[in-house]
Amino acid sequence: MVKVNGEDLEFAGKTVAEYLKAADYDRERIAVERNGEIVPRAQYEETVLLEGDCVEVVSFVGGG
Amino acid sequence: MVPTKEEMRAALEGRQGKELTEAFSQAAVAVCGLGGLGSHIAAALARAGIGKLILVDHDRVDVGNLHRQQYGASQVGRFKTEALAENLKEMAPYVELEIHTVRVGEENGVALLDGADVICEAFDDARCKAMLANLVLERLPEKYLVAASGMAGFGSPNGIRTRRVAERFYLCGDGTSEVADGVGLAAPRVMACAAHQAMTVLRILAGEFEA
Repeated sequence: MVKVNGEDLEFAGKTVAEYLKAADYDRERIAVERNGEIVPRAQYEETVLLEGDCVEVVSFVGGG
Repeated sequence: MVPTKEEMRAALEGRQGKELTEAFSQAAVAVCGLGGLGSHIAAALARAGIGKLILVDHDRVDVGNLHRQQYGASQVGRFKTEALAENLKEMAPYVELEIHTVRVGEENGVALLDGADVICEAFDDARCKAMLANLVLERLPEKYLVAASGMAGFGSPNGIRTRRVAERFYLCGDGTSEVADGVGLAAPRVMACAAHQAMTVLRILAGEFEA
């Protein structure tokens, strides 16, 4: 299990990019934290989620 | 008659105490985007006696900005950096201001923001917000980032909150209220979010790190 934004999901072994695609995120409007560390945008493809990882996808919406 | 630097410092110490006033006066804070969020953040920080503000915006004051931003009608058409600098000097004559009338991007972001202790993301566009957040978190990891997402519409201001996403990354807003057709920006709700951001900056500088 991987905890993503507080929810337990079966994404261990999958990459960050695979999760983002499955959840239909716009990669231009987010930042991804994994266990409290930023996942650099250039590393979404190669970052594999591990059992017990805690992931937070921060979404930005317009307005300011 | 404009008060002297010493008089203003003494007044701030009377309100905030000597220790905090000293900490604020030693700090440099960058504000990226000088619209409804950034112009109010900058005003609050200048008034609190932050030593140096780095103000970044490429845009000019538009008549459509006047309902929620810290500009006067006579400043329409001027660069926001220059107009805000003028207004901040009225509020806090001795604040040091570094203005950059440019777009922040991957190529210039680090050079622009390297001198700041805390960086406020105060853009309007969602992609620009995400770009700056990623840039700061990836390339300036020793900085504190205070970003905002979700303050459009006429929903209750009680929905606006501050969350500590990571050790040095704070996010203010309701997280979801986006500008769209028929969903505009109400000044007080945007100001509530700006106030969260400015207060978070002051708390960080005061050594209070919980949101």
